[in-house]
Amino acid sequence: MTTIQPTLVRAVPNEALHRALSDRKRPTRPSSWQVSLIFFWRALLKFKHVPMQIFDVTMFPIMMTVMFTYLFGGALAGSTSKYLYTLLPGILAQTVVFITMYTGVAVNTDVAKGIFDRFRSMPIWKPAPLVGALMGDTVRYTTAATVVTVLGLILGFRPDGGLFGVLAGLALLLFFAFSLSWIWTALSLVMQTPESVMMTSSMILFPLTFVSNILVDPETMPRGVRAFVNINPITHLVTAVRGLMHGNAETGDVLVVIAVALALNAIFAPLTMRLYNNKNAR
Amino acid sequence: MTKAEYAIEVMDLRKSYGDNEVLKGIHLRVERGQVFALLGPNGAGKTTAIRILATLLRFDSGTARVFGHDVVAEAELVRSRISLTGQFAAVDEELTGRENLIMIARLLGHSRPAARNRASELLAAFDLSDAADRQVKTFSGGMRRRLDIAASIVVTPDLIFLDEPTTGLDPRSRNQVWDIVRALVADGTTVLLTTQYLEEADQLADRIAVIDHGKIIAEGTSRELKASVGDGSLHIRLRDPKRRHEAERLLAQTLDVSVHLESDPTALSAQVSDAQAVGQTLIKLAHAGIEVSDFSLGQPSLDEVFLALTGQPLEDESIAAKEHVA
Repeated sequence: MTTIQPTLVRAVPNEALHRALSDRKRPTRPSSWQVSLIFFWRALLKFKHVPMQIFDVTMFPIMMTVMFTYLFGGALAGSTSKYLYTLLPGILAQTVVFITMYTGVAVNTDVAKGIFDRFRSMPIWKPAPLVGALMGDTVRYTTAATVVTVLGLILGFRPDGGLFGVLAGLALLLFFAFSLSWIWTALSLVMQTPESVMMTSSMILFPLTFVSNILVDPETMPRGVRAFVNINPITHLVTAVRGLMHGNAETGDVLVVIAVALALNAIFAPLTMRLYNNKNAR
Repeated sequence: MTKAEYAIEVMDLRKSYGDNEVLKGIHLRVERGQVFALLGPNGAGKTTAIRILATLLRFDSGTARVFGHDVVAEAELVRSRISLTGQFAAVDEELTGRENLIMIARLLGHSRPAARNRASELLAAFDLSDAADRQVKTFSGGMRRRLDIAASIVVTPDLIFLDEPTTGLDPRSRNQVWDIVRALVADGTTVLLTTQYLEEADQLADRIAVIDHGKIIAEGTSRELKASVGDGSLHIRLRDPKRRHEAERLLAQTLDVSVHLESDPTALSAQVSDAQAVGQTLIKLAHAGIEVSDFSLGQPSLDEVFLALTGQPLEDESIAAKEHVA
């Protein structure tokens, strides 16, 4: 047996080290819910430390809204406030839908760094890091949605549906965004780097959001493009959100959106969990 | 608590990635309270073995038990007794050092005030108080590593895995990590560490297993292992290269070992089993009028251990890359 007489360097205070090591009592194991809340807290801390993230959910949407309103408003609808009537719910949806891809990037970063292994080797509910991150993202969506809505009201957006209509529209949008983010988490668990996750999700989101009814009326588009716009789930989402905000929603539109969201949850949530639990385990 | 004899018991553990057999039937027994070192080059299978024992990785066949619990069937029980410090610091770079520790403490069930206290206590003990409220990405390698180990002992585990804890650290940071390991053991924690440095294994470990190409090729105390290699390696350089053959003969006689002629025409080296005899050899060289410009007696390097154990120098890169990808 070699000597285990500690010959401590002065830099590490010997006494403090021994005291710190004598804590062997294991506290009671927290519930799945509590653990998820701790990961939610972690996600919130990141907002504090990485102000760029706040920029993404505030400045970017503001830029988009102001830009499109004044660029196209006069030309397409005669006046900016008329254009905002249809544009705002659309740009709102586009903004929030775009932000969903950050979920995937965050999960992929965790996996690439060793911290994922630490969490997995701890006696905690396994999906908690993922659930906490998704909870943090809903804060992101809500922030962005609030910013765009308030900005719209300032610029002259007057929803016919009133407060209730706006809240209903936002609720539907947030639910859809949450459901959509499962796709990116699943993707992030099969892709190698955060950059490639970002690339892939942008490649999907750009056409989905631009080739839709967000910016212009599809009536003027060539037939092929119009066909895509009509089956694009984002189009249905925007139609439903517009309807709710202006108090003239068709039940059918809302139901389609809810059905798509439920389908996304049913397919991608279990897939993500499965990939997550098996990641690096083979 | 069931009283298991060994902290770790591994029988015929096998693991392949496709055609690449990474572990080819490993047997290990680590007693409680010991420091056990897995010594080997990159790609030897060290990290794979540790990941299996830490319940992170599935394996093909064999058994692995930690404190008597099967790492697959009783993974949760195993996880409540162990901590893992991987090769890459497993901390959140965007959070501060303090927030990292509070997070781990809360995850393990500490109340908010208790978690805060525990974090402060650990930061002080690991000489990180000054940097505590800075984001971890501003930390130096040594600080990161200390924080990483601190995170692993928020609740002092019964068994800690340290995967190459000092690779890439400067000597001062390395010494700090060694001291932490010694303090852990003095407090009753069993330690399984992997290393590429014989010196590190020698400094810390009660027992060492040498692992190469997924097989354990030697196991014993540091003394036993070195006995198979020799106590150390003696390197001598002469003023006058023409007298090298004379010096070689003299060394071979006095030390009773084979002497290696280096590519440098003034240099020769030998594995010696008796450090005492080295002094006499140097005196004899002086008597014979052979001038020595410098000499050193050092630990045999991992290279030399491998050479002695396998008869082959180590070559590692081939599997190394594979292991990292996995």
